[in-house]
Amino acid sequence: MSSKFNIQDLSIYFRTDKVLKNVTMDIPANNILGIIGPSGSGKTTFLRALNRMNDLEPGSRSEGKVLMDGIDITSPDIDVVALRKKVGMVFAMPVPLPMSIFENVVYGVRLSGINDKTHLDELVEKSLVSSYLWNEVKDRLDMSGMRLSGGQQQRLCLARVLAMEPEIILLDEPCSGLDPISTSKIEDALTILKSHYTIILVTNNTKQAARVADNTAFFLMGELIEAGQTSHLFTHPVKTETNDYITGRFG
Amino acid sequence: MRIHPRITQRIAVTVLSAATVLTLLILIFIIGFIFEKGLPVLSLKFLTSSPEDMGKAGGIFPTLIGSVILPLLAIIIATPLGICTSVYLCEYTKETLGTKIIRFGTDCLAGIPSIIFGLFGYIFFVVTLGFGWSILSGGLTLAVMILPTIIRTSEEAIRSVPKSYREVSFSLGATRWQTVKKVILPNALPGIVTGVMLSIGRSIGETAAVIFTAGSSLRIPTSIMDSTRTMAVHFYILAREGISAENAYGTAATLVIAVLIVNLSAYWIMNRFIAKRS
Amino acid sequence: MKLVSEKNVQRILMAAAFSAISALLLIALFIFNEGLPFIFKYGLKNFLFANEWQPQLGKFGIFPMITASLWVTFGAMIIGAPLGVAVAFFLSEYVPKSVMRIVKPTIELLAAIPSVVYGFIGVMVLAPIIRNNFGGPGLSLLAGSIILGIMILPTIISISVDSILAVPQSYREGSLALGATVWQTIYMVTIKASKSGIIASIILGLGRAVGETMAVIMVAGNAVNIPHSPLDSVRTLTANIALEMSYATGIHRQALFATGVVLFVGIIILNSIASVALRKRMVK
Repeated sequence: MSSKFNIQDLSIYFRTDKVLKNVTMDIPANNILGIIGPSGSGKTTFLRALNRMNDLEPGSRSEGKVLMDGIDITSPDIDVVALRKKVGMVFAMPVPLPMSIFENVVYGVRLSGINDKTHLDELVEKSLVSSYLWNEVKDRLDMSGMRLSGGQQQRLCLARVLAMEPEIILLDEPCSGLDPISTSKIEDALTILKSHYTIILVTNNTKQAARVADNTAFFLMGELIEAGQTSHLFTHPVKTETNDYITGRFG
Repeated sequence: MRIHPRITQRIAVTVLSAATVLTLLILIFIIGFIFEKGLPVLSLKFLTSSPEDMGKAGGIFPTLIGSVILPLLAIIIATPLGICTSVYLCEYTKETLGTKIIRFGTDCLAGIPSIIFGLFGYIFFVVTLGFGWSILSGGLTLAVMILPTIIRTSEEAIRSVPKSYREVSFSLGATRWQTVKKVILPNALPGIVTGVMLSIGRSIGETAAVIFTAGSSLRIPTSIMDSTRTMAVHFYILAREGISAENAYGTAATLVIAVLIVNLSAYWIMNRFIAKRS
Repeated sequence: MKLVSEKNVQRILMAAAFSAISALLLIALFIFNEGLPFIFKYGLKNFLFANEWQPQLGKFGIFPMITASLWVTFGAMIIGAPLGVAVAFFLSEYVPKSVMRIVKPTIELLAAIPSVVYGFIGVMVLAPIIRNNFGGPGLSLLAGSIILGIMILPTIISISVDSILAVPQSYREGSLALGATVWQTIYMVTIKASKSGIIASIILGLGRAVGETMAVIMVAGNAVNIPHSPLDSVRTLTANIALEMSYATGIHRQALFATGVVLFVGIIILNSIASVALRKRMVK
């Protein structure tokens, strides 16, 4: 299986704090990578390095390389706007934009200048079907996205990303506020989506990683402690810290 | 002797509610007083005919024009400048000492008395630039007077747009301007509009800054370099010189109606927005 | 192509921001430029503390006007602050939110009424009452204070309500859960938590009062003297500028600009204090 991402000695600083310390790892394509670890371990910072969202934080800088399909995306010459169209992100809190469901889904697409009605209609249906939301909203696409329930909003956010037809989907603790049914719907969607996308899922719920991820990486205090096949990591962890975290000795 | 808390509570409620009722009564009295004496004077003829005999008789038509044109000119100049400035400060710059100083400066200028703006307008526009007492001088002076307020209220409105909206927009590959145009401005618009409308209201009622820059000509203006009199200035002159109590009341009533309409519209817009959101 | 227009947009916005800020700087510079030379020539101490304002004799002491402005503002504070804070607490703590949402904007309409209308009502209604019941000309320091006190109410109420509402509900619940009445909670908890914001609102209100011109010209009497009683006629700094500007020339005019400088500096000081107080509230 080829690598989508090739991360070489990546460190990220917020002003003087070294938040991410010398991370080296490969992320295979068409695969779900789960990232686990306690709060403050750098999981989100790592995730946001993959679509250069850390740039939005004042005083942030990075060292090392992140190669995506062989190209170093940490380079200042990279067109960040184009990058983010290829790498989509779903955030921890569902953030529907204050617009209709339809407009939410096509927001990113319209940014590229695509406004053809039929094309957009098809795209909206396809995206909402893939995120397991179509049946619930197909008759009310004009309704404001903010009137959906939390679980529906998060699926809307996923559809919004899918409509961009990215190559990679990043999810940052997407189910943290959701009920079990919504959570399982999103997990089901991800499992189907991985055949077309590379998915990286940060989660503070180790059981979710065990359910869904093909590979899992464990972060602690800004360092990558261990990474490998999920089944292997959970049954035969190499490092003691990994074992302690997975068995719940700390969290 | 300790008074029972229930009793102090009772006293407190009585005092506080009395204060509120008093304040409301004051408001009602002011509006009522002006309307009682002024509304009878109002008529279509009053509003559309020109003053005669220095305002002792006749109507207030030229002052209506003045009261419309001056705030209009001020808004046309100040609104785009103010919104662009606040967008630039909030979205295109990092928070540095420079931006903090600018913000402090705008806050201060929002509190500077209008007479100072009148002084400035007189020395700069009327005299130094040679515009004379004119609509141009008055409009420009009012524009700089309301500019800090527009910057401030726009900034507050822009800041109140949740950070997460920006994040989402950027993560979907939007440029900064696209984010501003499609997400931030539409959501900040009601707050911005409210600020603009309140500034209109202030301009309509403004006297000190206007009288030294736009003059007090009673003729109907034909060009931007003509002097003009606003209702507020006219009212002031009528009242102070004791020219005509009746016309003074009529002018005051028109003035109060105008600002009430503007202010109530601003509230209505804000409320529509809040209702649409929730 | 899109990148090019991004740069252009940024340039346009920066140009607009730059011109707006320059315009505002210009005002400060002009006033100081016109007024400072006079202060240096005449002497700051003479200007501020001399008692005689007689332009035709070349005497430009603004001390009477300073005391008038200070007294009028102080009087406005005595009237406006307690009333305003009381209303603010009533609206935030005792009244259901739906009522508050109607009453607060209504009271804020007081801010919309032009100052000349306030002045006029002061002349027609307030001054006669003062004259008939307390003596004196009626057009007095007292009348000015009352009218200004009313005019600053909306400022004080608005900002105080915002401060009070910003106090976390958990503070109140903690107190009420211990069996305190609403008033006791206000008195012992909420006031302390919202203190900075309320003080800021009063200071901003004072700034408004100091800067008010038209209403004061109409009701305060405009005599140039140091007031010895609230019934005396007084002339504030702002009134002085407005009354004499139209016919002042030469050094007289410069003196009026210098008065403007004094006002400018005073307002900046007041605003600085208020923003420090407001920032303390945010930090809390």
